[in-house]
Amino acid sequence: MALSGLFLCLFLVGHLLGNLQLFVSGQQGADNFNLYAKFMTTNPIVKVLSYLTYFSIIFHMVDGLILTIQNRRARPKKYVIEKGKANSSWASRNMALLGTILLVFIATHMQNFWYVMHFGEISHYEIKGQNVKDLHHVVMSFFTPTSNSYAAFMVGFYVLSMLALAYHLHHGFVSAFQSLGLNHIKYNKIIEIVGAGFSVVVPLLFASIPLYVFIKHYL
Amino acid sequence: MQFTLKVWRQKSQSSKGAIETYHLSDISEDMSFLEMFDVLNDKLIRDKKDPIAFDHDCREGICGMCSMFINGEAHGPGRNVTTCQLHMRSFKDGDTIYVEPWRSSAFPIVKDLTVDRSAFDRIIQSGGYVSVNTSGATQDANAIPIPKEDADSAFDAATCIGCGACVATCKNSSAMLFVSAKVSQLSLLPQGQTEANNRVQRMVNQMDAEGFGNCTNTGACEVECPKGISLTNIARMNREFMKSSVG
Amino acid sequence: MNTFKQPNWLDPAPFLEGVERINTLNSRIPTGPLEQKWEKHKGEIKLVNPANKRLIDIIIVGSGLAGSSAAASLAEMGYNVKVFCFQDSPRRAHSIAAQGGINAAKNYQNDGDSTYRLFYDTVKGGDYRSREANVYRLAEVSGSIIDQCVAQGVPFAREYGGLLDNRSFGGVQVSRTFYAKGQTGQQLLLGAYSALSRQISKGKIELLNRHEMMDVVVIDGKARGIIARNLVTGEIQRHGAHAVVLCTGGYGNVFYLSTNAMGSNSSAAWKAHKRGAYFGNPNFVQIHPTCIPVSGHYQSKLTLMSESLRNDGRIWVPKNLDDAQAIRNGELSPNDLEENQRDYYLERRYPAFGNLVPRDVASRAAKERCDEGYGVNKTGQAVFLDFASAIERYGKTEASTRNLKSPTKSQIIELGKAVVKSKYGNLFDMYQQITADNPYETPMKIYPAIHYSMGGIWVDYNLMTTIPGLYAAGEANFSDHGANRLGASALMQGLADGYFVLPYTIGDYLADEIRTGQISTDTIEFEQAENQVKATLDKLINTNGDIPVDDFHRRLGLIMWEYCGMSRNEKGLKKAIILIKKLRDEFYSNLYVPGDVNDFNPELEKAYRVADFLELGELMCIDALNRKESCGGHFREESQTDEGEALRDDDNYTYVSAWEYRGDPSDPKLHKELLKYDNIEVKQRSYK
Repeated sequence: MALSGLFLCLFLVGHLLGNLQLFVSGQQGADNFNLYAKFMTTNPIVKVLSYLTYFSIIFHMVDGLILTIQNRRARPKKYVIEKGKANSSWASRNMALLGTILLVFIATHMQNFWYVMHFGEISHYEIKGQNVKDLHHVVMSFFTPTSNSYAAFMVGFYVLSMLALAYHLHHGFVSAFQSLGLNHIKYNKIIEIVGAGFSVVVPLLFASIPLYVFIKHYL
Repeated sequence: MQFTLKVWRQKSQSSKGAIETYHLSDISEDMSFLEMFDVLNDKLIRDKKDPIAFDHDCREGICGMCSMFINGEAHGPGRNVTTCQLHMRSFKDGDTIYVEPWRSSAFPIVKDLTVDRSAFDRIIQSGGYVSVNTSGATQDANAIPIPKEDADSAFDAATCIGCGACVATCKNSSAMLFVSAKVSQLSLLPQGQTEANNRVQRMVNQMDAEGFGNCTNTGACEVECPKGISLTNIARMNREFMKSSVG
Repeated sequence: MNTFKQPNWLDPAPFLEGVERINTLNSRIPTGPLEQKWEKHKGEIKLVNPANKRLIDIIIVGSGLAGSSAAASLAEMGYNVKVFCFQDSPRRAHSIAAQGGINAAKNYQNDGDSTYRLFYDTVKGGDYRSREANVYRLAEVSGSIIDQCVAQGVPFAREYGGLLDNRSFGGVQVSRTFYAKGQTGQQLLLGAYSALSRQISKGKIELLNRHEMMDVVVIDGKARGIIARNLVTGEIQRHGAHAVVLCTGGYGNVFYLSTNAMGSNSSAAWKAHKRGAYFGNPNFVQIHPTCIPVSGHYQSKLTLMSESLRNDGRIWVPKNLDDAQAIRNGELSPNDLEENQRDYYLERRYPAFGNLVPRDVASRAAKERCDEGYGVNKTGQAVFLDFASAIERYGKTEASTRNLKSPTKSQIIELGKAVVKSKYGNLFDMYQQITADNPYETPMKIYPAIHYSMGGIWVDYNLMTTIPGLYAAGEANFSDHGANRLGASALMQGLADGYFVLPYTIGDYLADEIRTGQISTDTIEFEQAENQVKATLDKLINTNGDIPVDDFHRRLGLIMWEYCGMSRNEKGLKKAIILIKKLRDEFYSNLYVPGDVNDFNPELEKAYRVADFLELGELMCIDALNRKESCGGHFREESQTDEGEALRDDDNYTYVSAWEYRGDPSDPKLHKELLKYDNIEVKQRSYK
């Protein structure tokens, strides 16, 4: 759980850095993004990493499912009154719920872009002798109300999903270190601060992309 | 003071239980929570009704026998106290108080608020010891100096009273805090090194076999633990476990 | 059956005086010089070879320090052991609650400690009423206990150099107490419990938790097993064995309110007594001076504040009765009284030892002041334990170490509080939790409470009772503490008995049992014992009166505390005997026990125990009546000096009273084990 979770954190960083290119405006930005997308889909090392990511997601999900089933079985009869908030954070008690939301998000997200990129009909064009798919356009139009009537709804869904991610990370990041036994009086504070920062900054930046695209239309 | 008590009553392990309501008045704020139960039981007995069965013994917070889940928290609202050291002044006059037994499939209910915690004993039996026979000829106690910090950390872990509040309070009924306290104590001392790998493997296996849930690091156990056993112990056990799995 | 004449306790003279002053008991102390007795005895003891040990079954009742350590050691040696405890786990035994520490003559501090000095302090502390040879052996093995515990991973307190730390305790002049903060008993018990657990995992020990011993079964004069009750199902079981060891702790709960656990009881010891085991010095109980006072009639238990507090706390009451009255009524705060309005009565009466006089002396002095009307809580049964001057003293030292020039009063107090917190923080927290008073700001209120029983089942040097094959170890036996136990010696004795004495001495008896074969429980004796137990339980549950068992227990406690507590006199003791008998009659006519015999029934468990307390209480009074001297915890008002101090009568009472049961709790027979002191000069204790 911890290892796959931390690996997925690394994936998030990589994914975010790529996506932040969407903030670069003009044709230059579109070209860069499309070249980047091409690189990501063809580079063999990235390929390996992406399979590792798929595996991690599935493993993280299945392991989470098994743990949840075991944990429910460990307490078949619930308390009449349970005051979890007195001793633990909401996120820590609702990782399965948050995870499920994220799973739905991932499925939707992959249908929205990954599926379209691989199997959809996307316009191609040439940059410096390379034939690239214009994924930039796909993203932009997806979150623009004039080209996608569900854009507002999708932006809201993406933003809320990132909120779920923030909570999931807020507990998950620090928790992973604890599970791996990487816990020491001296470093605990650092892990906590990094974890808290990570769980806020990464989802915030992710969420800002659809928001930016959406709002840009009105500017 | 006056209270409305909502207490879990269950005749035996197999029977179906339910919450029953009792009203108590003339309760002194200086009473301990268990003394309040004594008063209630006295009343029930005089009314020729079945008194409430609950575990308790030393009533000074060290034997680990008392075990009530009070208003949604193991050992009630106080911090670093057992049920027997919780006093009625921690409540407001007129409060409604829910009292339930520890709930975990590894702690089957014996009767009412009494549960069977022998799973903890079996975990200790699986390896929570140093394999040394009684002998008048062990080496002198001062033969191996132990750094004070290590001895103190080992002591802090060893203060666990085995009450099961960690299991009761964990949403997963995980026993990691209990098991890790013993693993930590022995892994911090030179005496426990020789069989460290075996110990952590056997104790964790036994813990799983007893049907406790998994640790998801909510940290609730540390908050509710009457002895303030630290989560650091769980991390240490995880480390020991991984080390022993590899090595 | 009952053909003997009922003695008239209002006039005990004919019965008591009739006992001749000769040794009527054989304590089997080995011959030879004191310091060689144990080694010599070990060399001569009969051994059981390893193959034969597998054929021998031993029952151990109780899982405290003595029980767990004995069980583990005997199982390691190869015997088949069954351990019984009434709690849900062996780790709950009340040894767990011991706070202060464990003594051992290691002389790590190089302050002149030795086996002899520990022996001497213990005999003197016990007011010369313990057996020399036993105490010397205890001192001899004390060092091995520490070695053994450290090897098991017991985390004793250590100094910065990594070596073991020591603290000092009342009544001695060396630092020989090993400790683990205020939880030494817990750490030692968990050590013994881990050794026990190891043998359970090896299959050498069968653990029967939530099982209570109901009776001993004696066949042809030998202990051959026990009748036990499964407390969850109510099932009555027979268990046969070649030897039975009682490690069942003390009987302080005869007083209802004590520092003992709620479940601590005398039933195993009392049933053994009724089967023929003599009871030694039953009236010798220890009253601990520093406990949290009773706050109301609902009180179920008293909490100890460690003796170590008397190192820094000063004990006082107001000098004027009016002030005491005002404090009781809440009109006056103790902090308002000037120094000259306070009576530091221990410092006044005992200038040499001051607040650190032994437990019995401190307790009586508190009672004396409260009886005179100087008590300081609502009930008038409390004195102050004040840390103000310690806080100031520590604060000044701390200020000077920190080079503070002319610190203010409040700075000093703050610094001092921090020091006191580091020393006694957990005790202060516990006090505040229970009383809601802040002891850093106002003085603690304390009062003496029943803590430990020095008396117990009489045993010989081998720890065997007067029933062959029946042994008693730890607090359950009477042997090592005489009339008063020194602090940090109970843990030492429990572990000495369990780890280092019993495992050797039991072989002496068992060597002759190797051809006996398995003990059958299909005998008339087992059947009779089982039927008797069932009949007793039926009687308790079918009495069908109106009064819950706790009510009787509480009333017994009041009688015992009033007449057989801190100070006793002939008139009171005689009255107590009559009151107890009356209470016993009422118990059997008006008791109400709810529930079923064949069920988990804590009320029935209590009733079974209180029935025995109601008989033991009477024996304690009889014993106290017989012993007309004052010694240790036993203070007879008739025997005191002009200044009100305890006065021993060595000419007439240098003996152990061992009582034989003869079918009626009111008619025991006294046997005497005369005590001889060849290696120590017997003196009147003085702490002036």
